[in-house]
Amino acid sequence: MPDLSTDTGGIRSPNPFWLASAPPANSGAQIQRAFDAGWGGAVWKTLGTPIQNVSSRFGGHTIGGIRGAGFTNIELITDRPLEVNFREIAETKKRWPHHALIVSLMVETREEWREIIKRSIDAGADGLELNFGCPHGMCERGMGSAVGQEPTVNERITSWACEFSSVPVLVKLTPNVSNIVPHGMAAKRGGAHGVSLINTIKSIISVDIDRFVPEPRVGSLSTNGGYCGAAVKPIALHMVAALAREPAFGLPISGIGGVRNWRDAVEFMLLGSSTVQVCTEVMLRGYRVVEDMRDGLEEYMRSKGFARVHDMVGKAVPAFSEWGDLDMNYETVARIDADKCIGCQLCVAACHDGAHQCIHPQEGTRVPRIDESECVGCNLCQIVCPAAGCITMEPIDNGHRPTTWNDHTNKGATLRPKKGAH
Amino acid sequence: MLAEFPAQRSETAFTDYKLPLYPAQATVEAERCLFCHDAPCVVACPTHIDIPQFIRKIASGNDRGAAKTIFESNILGMSCARACPVEVLCVGACVFNDLHEPPIQIGKLQRHATDRAFEEGWRFFEAGAPTGRRVALVGGGPASLAAAHELRRLGHLCTIFERREFLGGLNTTGIAPHKMKADRSVTEAEWVLAIGGIEVRSCAEVGRDVTLEDLERDFDAVFVGIGLGADSRAKLLGEDLPGVLGAVEWIERMKLGDAGLAGVRRAVVVGGGNTALDAMRELLTLGVPQVTMLYRGTEDSMGGYVHEWQAAKAAGARVEWRTVTTAFEGANRLERLRCVRVDASRAPLAGSDFTLAADLALLAIGQSKLGAALAGLAGITLESGIVRVDAQGFTGRPGWYAGGDCANGGKEVVNAVAEGMAAARAIDRELANGGGTKRKGAHHA
Repeated sequence: MPDLSTDTGGIRSPNPFWLASAPPANSGAQIQRAFDAGWGGAVWKTLGTPIQNVSSRFGGHTIGGIRGAGFTNIELITDRPLEVNFREIAETKKRWPHHALIVSLMVETREEWREIIKRSIDAGADGLELNFGCPHGMCERGMGSAVGQEPTVNERITSWACEFSSVPVLVKLTPNVSNIVPHGMAAKRGGAHGVSLINTIKSIISVDIDRFVPEPRVGSLSTNGGYCGAAVKPIALHMVAALAREPAFGLPISGIGGVRNWRDAVEFMLLGSSTVQVCTEVMLRGYRVVEDMRDGLEEYMRSKGFARVHDMVGKAVPAFSEWGDLDMNYETVARIDADKCIGCQLCVAACHDGAHQCIHPQEGTRVPRIDESECVGCNLCQIVCPAAGCITMEPIDNGHRPTTWNDHTNKGATLRPKKGAH
Repeated sequence: MLAEFPAQRSETAFTDYKLPLYPAQATVEAERCLFCHDAPCVVACPTHIDIPQFIRKIASGNDRGAAKTIFESNILGMSCARACPVEVLCVGACVFNDLHEPPIQIGKLQRHATDRAFEEGWRFFEAGAPTGRRVALVGGGPASLAAAHELRRLGHLCTIFERREFLGGLNTTGIAPHKMKADRSVTEAEWVLAIGGIEVRSCAEVGRDVTLEDLERDFDAVFVGIGLGADSRAKLLGEDLPGVLGAVEWIERMKLGDAGLAGVRRAVVVGGGNTALDAMRELLTLGVPQVTMLYRGTEDSMGGYVHEWQAAKAAGARVEWRTVTTAFEGANRLERLRCVRVDASRAPLAGSDFTLAADLALLAIGQSKLGAALAGLAGITLESGIVRVDAQGFTGRPGWYAGGDCANGGKEVVNAVAEGMAAARAIDRELANGGGTKRKGAHHA
């Protein structure tokens, strides 16, 4: 049986599924129920000077009838007294000594950091997560993403935390930057033992078109929120991979952003995450979602022959390259399996209106014809096709040797003739 | 102008067989639609409603736009949503059938949008600029209503001659009440008339209250949508006994008044078409304990739809395949049918005679054709009583068109609508080109 236990920067947990620092990790009672349900770790809702929240706080993005495909919040850090939080941390750690309990922190001054780190570790924290990511409310007070967007501030505060901490320190990064790498490097220079990303994305989830007010609405006003949920996964995967492939970086990564199930988790792991953190799916469906995450991961590892989680971490990173290194002479064309085609012709509309006009209706049959001499192998038809396995992208031997754009521009390597460019 | 039906009618006991969608269900179902290119459902619909487009509008919460898309192609879209055999039309053509996924419930989605339009009082169409031309429509059923509405959009004045007190034709008198009740059809007719400029002469029968010559003289074009006539008779001994009725006649009685089923314990329906299947389900729903179909052929050869037969069976209908009746017997009223089995060539099998006890027998073996009403008009051809027309409903006589059951032999409401709309456009073209009944040289037979 595959071993699901993991180690992220020295923080060990029985499986790689952690609750992210968020409403599902707001209290000891909640986190203990989550551990009962099978979660391997939890990052406690950010502690700092307790705040007061507004109502409402959340907004959902419905896509194609799927509620909560995207999600936003304008909630701040903990609103509960610190002594209550620390007492519950101690109780939880006592009851669940082998689960990872990480405490998220956000304060301002060096002395405040020293104080809150000491109290967290005294309560039993296995690790700390520095919240440099929150893009709403707290950043207006000079914390959260206001720190995460400034590498020098990030580095300075990380170094304080590492100086004061006897347990591993993770820095939670904000995606509200143009390039994640300098921010990860700043955390590394500050001494962090790992990073977690992404935090939420600055956003307006929707607009009430009858009231003329964005959502979530607080009376007659709204403000920007932090976007998360399934819809942000592609952004998160890219940022995780960008750090994972950076040779100078090398820190462990806890991946966050749109993980709904074990498949999403595997993708994060293959791109360099040794643990994943989940919030939105739990907010929408509850702690029980972890059962399929664990089952599915275990079955996947068994099918691929991975004995330990770390055997698979980063497996897809080497294949994440630059455009200039792609083989320009690799050529695919779309093929339709007439036996599987249901005749919806979504591929016809997509190719005609959105691609290269090479899929055509035919007389006497609903199965379209692909003009392979014009097909550029763009994948659009395969993406829209609702019949599993009906459209495949087939590599064809065009007689041209593999050649990259970089080889072409630097060494004059020959490119195959363009298709569909008339 | 439109008759009031009694509040208590036998058909009011029926509830919808296909339940309407709640708004949330409609949204979920609409989201499933693939929005096919050159969609097979549109091809399968006789009125070619742009189904993917109206469904997409439902998905976005644009019910008004959805209703407009439907009515643009089919002004009787509300009743067609209920009455159409979608299983063999749009829904049967849905590509999801080939994926072995449930097909999109197009009929229910159409009902969602069109019912909403009626509830909200949405109207989408205005009469066209007046042309000064007048068109007579003979018969007030779906074909004529659709034709009249389209003619009004094109600016022609219309007069409908309807022999009954109310409009809607079989949509009012014949649709199975688990699909639609009579008052809904009349409401729809009123909704159609609201475009204005459609005069209705009810209780007006051509040949009695108005002559063909009157029509030809007073109108620039004539559309004939007179439907079918009385139930065909079996021409058998005892057919005149009380308790032996035509199925269409009985269905109308059941829909508009009392079905007269007091004391009826055993009913027999003769025939294997959709009228027979409707009648059986109606008898069962109204509490007749034993309902049996007598059909000369087998399940494979019956004219009724498979899905309707399945539903009748599920409701408890019995059947005697390859059986014909030879006589109706009883002292003062029907007591039994004398029957005989037949072989595949419908020849009676010797010694297979038997009797079937029954208090009621409904004959669902076809309806008479009414084309003879036009027999005197040169240029119009009849085939077995059916008016021969081209794809646009043109009869061959300048200005004269026909559509619906009288010209197609008896099809669905949606076919009548398609034919009425096609004829309206053809009439408009003919009038614009100087044709019609009044064109120079048009013969007056």
